[in-house]
Amino acid sequence: MKNFLISLVAIAALWLIPYFAANVAVLKLLIAVIIPYAAVVIFLVGFIYKVIDWSKSAVPFRIPTTAGQQKSLPWIKANNIDNPFTKMGVIIRMLLEVLAFRSLFRNTTMSVSETEHGKRLAYKTEIFLWIGAMAFHYCFLVVVLRHLRFFLDPVPACVQLVEFFDGLMRVEFFSSVFSIGLPGIMMSGLILLAAAIFLLGRRLFNAKVKYISLMADYFPLQLIIAIAISGIFMRHFFKVDLTAVKQLSMGLATFSPVIPTNVGSIFYIHIFLVSMLVMYIPFSKLMHMAGVFLSPTRNLTADTRMNRHINPWNHDVKTHNYDEYEDEFREVMKNAGLRVEKE
Amino acid sequence: MKPDELFRTEHQPPETEWTETPAEIKKGYYCYASNPKSVEHLDLPHARAWNPLEEDWKLPENWQEIFLNGFRERLTKFRTLKIFMDICVRCGACADKCHFFIGTGDPKNMPVLRAELLRSIYRNDFTTAGKLLGKLGGGRKLTVKVLKELWYYLFQCSECRRCSVYCPYGIDTAEITMLGRELMNLIGLNIDWIATPIANCYRTGNHLGLEPHAITDAMEFFTEDIEDIVGYDCKPAVFEEKADILFITPSGDLFADPGTFTAMGYLMLFEYLKREYDLKVTWSTYASEGGNFGLFTSNEVMKRLNAKMYAEAKRLGVKWILGGECGHMWRVINQYMTTMNGPANFLEEPVNPITGTKFENARANKMVHITEFTADLIKNNKLKLDPSRNDNVRMTFHDSCNPSRGMGLLEEPRYVIKSVCNHFYEMPANTIREHTFCCGGGSGLNAGECEELRMAGGLPRANAVKYVNEKYGVNTLGTICAIDRAVLTETMNYWVPGVEVAGIHELVGNALIMPDEKKRTKNLRMEPLPGMEEEESNE
Repeated sequence: MKNFLISLVAIAALWLIPYFAANVAVLKLLIAVIIPYAAVVIFLVGFIYKVIDWSKSAVPFRIPTTAGQQKSLPWIKANNIDNPFTKMGVIIRMLLEVLAFRSLFRNTTMSVSETEHGKRLAYKTEIFLWIGAMAFHYCFLVVVLRHLRFFLDPVPACVQLVEFFDGLMRVEFFSSVFSIGLPGIMMSGLILLAAAIFLLGRRLFNAKVKYISLMADYFPLQLIIAIAISGIFMRHFFKVDLTAVKQLSMGLATFSPVIPTNVGSIFYIHIFLVSMLVMYIPFSKLMHMAGVFLSPTRNLTADTRMNRHINPWNHDVKTHNYDEYEDEFREVMKNAGLRVEKE
Repeated sequence: MKPDELFRTEHQPPETEWTETPAEIKKGYYCYASNPKSVEHLDLPHARAWNPLEEDWKLPENWQEIFLNGFRERLTKFRTLKIFMDICVRCGACADKCHFFIGTGDPKNMPVLRAELLRSIYRNDFTTAGKLLGKLGGGRKLTVKVLKELWYYLFQCSECRRCSVYCPYGIDTAEITMLGRELMNLIGLNIDWIATPIANCYRTGNHLGLEPHAITDAMEFFTEDIEDIVGYDCKPAVFEEKADILFITPSGDLFADPGTFTAMGYLMLFEYLKREYDLKVTWSTYASEGGNFGLFTSNEVMKRLNAKMYAEAKRLGVKWILGGECGHMWRVINQYMTTMNGPANFLEEPVNPITGTKFENARANKMVHITEFTADLIKNNKLKLDPSRNDNVRMTFHDSCNPSRGMGLLEEPRYVIKSVCNHFYEMPANTIREHTFCCGGGSGLNAGECEELRMAGGLPRANAVKYVNEKYGVNTLGTICAIDRAVLTETMNYWVPGVEVAGIHELVGNALIMPDEKKRTKNLRMEPLPGMEEEESNE
């Protein structure tokens, strides 16, 4: 709980900084231009540094987790996806891992029950973490893709297509007091918010997950929730001037930024929080987005008996050779009727 | 403790945060410190007498420096370590996958938290965020307390890899435990149930420290029993030059029941193949250990012990090597051996001379698993079998951790079992194959003093056996691992009394119709064969 609260205070501070700063001209420049540029630079440098740092570490042994039948005798059906012995198998395994979270899909939950014969353990499929994770990641992707419209002119057809499908479900309510549905509701934003709240809820209400959660687990979730809320506010409640926003974002994309005069503080909050997230990625667990591709238990062929894997630092070691063995045991060997090399 | 008391229903973590909950080293849950002589025998660092229960572990003066330098070195030598330290999101999918967590209810046995013990040190000393934020960033200074806690839980992990099957990033706690134990080894914190076997293995060729004559004595004992059963001597060849195949199996099977029955099965199979097909299989007392407790010590010790296999095959001039039923042995052979001690170009690509089958999957490593070999023989009708001799057996099969999650040897043993035994029932799907549960005593945790830990850790496996025991009357748990045979025998007595543990080649030995055999009335356990109870009592 402490970790959750400290992180929440940090998020509140990050929300309030741009809220106040948006009233000061020079700080507008900082939040709308300088910090976003800095965030992108930190992200790129940090991300690339981290990946290079990982790749510089050796892969001495080939230790895939084998989760299926090995390739052995010709009449036994081998599982080339869960126990890949070809590069193609590895590619499919990785694609399923990255695109469909295959390992997480296997998740089960254990329970203890009292039966007439005594206590028993049971395991059930636990799909909600997988559903939450899939919804979260795919909606995040759609939201990122949709935002490309702010940086590309003309807006590419594929982005428009994503938007079309994202907005397909119409949720509309119009009255003189309250109205929603114009501009159209984008499902991805709402589902992203719901999924993030679900994942955060697990950390608060599932005792085991709560016990293992660090500030570094609450912070990114709360930050993403804050970003989603600010985005939804901007689109549906405060109705920011989109032309002005696009003018700024295109300016950023073409390295000739102009500060718009007529966008409210909610926009500054949004762009500031996004900058924080982007900056935070290389220093955090969010690097799993790159790390999963480098995980040696998933991205290698399980063919070490077929093809020798080379360890770049395969040190020589001291061994106990046969001659030393025979020297020690020659007499007992002879007495036991065993052949010796030296009489 | 009675089984019902040990069966924990409570898996709720305590109120205090884990970083603030000190670990208490409990009797029954830790292993004794290593005998300094064993550590010295292999010239491993900081040999000394120490006791985990005492306040002072007699650590070397600069132990923090040694530990952190060792950590730094391993971060560049093992990409696994660096990635696994960096990318865990603590989703908790692994939490209830660990048999030790299910059995002990201790939250620090959740794989994620076991790794966090090491990760907190990593964050504190090797990451920017950790250095800036300290405790808030989840970092912990490497203090004596932190070290003791880490040691305690590194030796409550059996390196079974079950958690890594469910991890969305493939984070493998076995790898973290292995490297964590390497760091412990650097400051002399070994356990005796590992250190003494490796010292034995280095000197005598096997973990048990059996000297050459002790091995031949054991063989003699087996061949006498077999003679009693089939009517003739099945004396194995030892150190036979230019034999076709060198056979290596864990020494545990030469020493204690029920592994000895598996060893008798091997002897009968080899005698059968010699008589029928003139196949020459040799044993060695120099390379008389299939297992490799070096895997539980450090990659260096693993390599030192493993080197004997290729060395002996080369000296004897055999064509290739056949390996017996053993769990972690096959992790080493399958995923490490060729890399460490290969290339084995002095051996031939393994071909079964009887069936002509090329074991292409072992073409670089030159080592074939005995169930691959036997399955191939049976498939090609090269063995005469009478499965009804095992009709008293109602069998289920326990996939050993390493052959399933470090190899994928799933169908071969099942094919052999179904060929030699008429009654076979699988345990529930989420407890077998890649989902299999550890016996509770893997990775060197079969010491007498940590029995309670082992019984708790064996519960998930026992619970699944109990299910098929009640549903199908299963009375035999088959396994292809010597540690399993030792551990599960005890575990079954405790949790599911009445279920015996058997190696697969014990059943093969029973079913095998030996050439010119006398009328068989007894199985390898000297019990009457089904239908022969009367003749046995008349004898």
